[in-house]
Amino acid sequence: MFTFTHQKKISQKLTRQLFITSLLTLSLAACNDDYENKAVEIITPEEPIMEYNYSVTVTNLTYAQPLSPIAITLHGDTKMWQVGLPASIALEKLAEGGDNTDFIALESNLASTTSEGAVPPGTSITLHISTTEPMATYLTIVTMLVNTNDAFSGLTGVDISTLVLNQEKSWSLSVYDSGTELNSEAVDTIPGPADGGIGYEATRNDIDLVGYHSGVVSQDDGLSSSVLTQAHRFDNPAVKVTITRTK
Amino acid sequence: MKAIKKSPIKTSLSLLALALASSTTMAQELSITVTNLTQGLHFTPVITAAHNNDNQIFMSGEMATSELQAMAEGGDISGLANLLTNADANINENPAMGLLAPTMSASFSLTSDSANTHLSLAAMVLPSNDGFVGLDSWEIPEDAGTYTVFLNAYDAGTEANDEIRGSGAPGEAGMPVPPPLDASIGMNGTGITDMESNDKVHIHRGSLGDDDMAAGKSDINNSVQRWLNPVAKLTITVQ
Repeated sequence: MFTFTHQKKISQKLTRQLFITSLLTLSLAACNDDYENKAVEIITPEEPIMEYNYSVTVTNLTYAQPLSPIAITLHGDTKMWQVGLPASIALEKLAEGGDNTDFIALESNLASTTSEGAVPPGTSITLHISTTEPMATYLTIVTMLVNTNDAFSGLTGVDISTLVLNQEKSWSLSVYDSGTELNSEAVDTIPGPADGGIGYEATRNDIDLVGYHSGVVSQDDGLSSSVLTQAHRFDNPAVKVTITRTK
Repeated sequence: MKAIKKSPIKTSLSLLALALASSTTMAQELSITVTNLTQGLHFTPVITAAHNNDNQIFMSGEMATSELQAMAEGGDISGLANLLTNADANINENPAMGLLAPTMSASFSLTSDSANTHLSLAAMVLPSNDGFVGLDSWEIPEDAGTYTVFLNAYDAGTEANDEIRGSGAPGEAGMPVPPPLDASIGMNGTGITDMESNDKVHIHRGSLGDDDMAAGKSDINNSVQRWLNPVAKLTITVQ
């Protein structure tokens, strides 16, 4: 190398080429040494374990519908419910009674979390979920509107694999009806504070197909047997969700 | 390094070639699924069309055409189909082969000609007097991909929402009740209103209904056949 510094007529380009060539020669020589002196070690390059962290903020947009503990799960490419298909029993339990225990425990979940308690109207909650599982790139969020028979809101099977660090994405969510319980709004059929009635009931007496909810009627708007009042009415959207990838 | 100047003739020729290529690829293959999101409404035969930007099958704030009225009051899409055919639209009619039941989907393919850059859809919702689910001139994306559009329920503004059994003929009062719906719709309602003071196409205010299947003001069941928007989902895959 030293000799080259005196040859100022040689173009820089050539210098660089020669430099690279000499480096290559050196490293090849080093390799040869290794082969001669040591047993060959074959190292398969391992993928570094990647951790993905997300923060999820859920806002209750309704007037008087507390949201049952928010369930958030990450999983592979699947949907936990679909308009036109019957609800799973885990979803039925959540939609009729606000109990997400079975839903969280579903085998297809690769990561999951839940809020400690209900999310009152007009409030937000932020939850964190993390995973090292490379297949956990689909998001499901679900919660019951507790002053109803079987209304729930959420989104399911949303691909979040394209989120880059600190990128956020928001959705305004409509309200589904699990189709597993008639919307009688009757005394003892609604688990929320408006009634304090029975939540999950195994019998399915509605159309047994998930669809969008038609809203509650209430005793103030023509359903005389309803335990609900005008205050429990809601409209779409009912919930706002924002997800941010934090790692 | 030798700079190569592009000949201006070559450049304009290649631009022309590009323009030709893009106009021929403008004809698009669409796979469309329409989903009735509701648990209590049926859709009458759905009409979907790719059409040019100068035509509309309906427009909020404007009077309904007689063809739109026939669809919204009685589910008859033949008039709209004629209008669209005369406008060189690409049309799909009745993909569900009849009523599209609550929560059900119907899928179909549509090839849109290059001039037909916009998509519209209409179907009457039952039970209603003149309610329909509609999509007005959604611009079809040029990029391949799957797109989701949520649709609202409109009121054609052509008939009073009395919410009682009656006729599906244009201009005649009452709601048509086809046999599959007969058991789910009440009787002897006295009528919610005989006024239709907004005669322009507008977002439907929803049905009132009542909780008496044998009497009351309405023949609509208020805990089953009301709705909130959106009432339908359209999934469009551009190939």
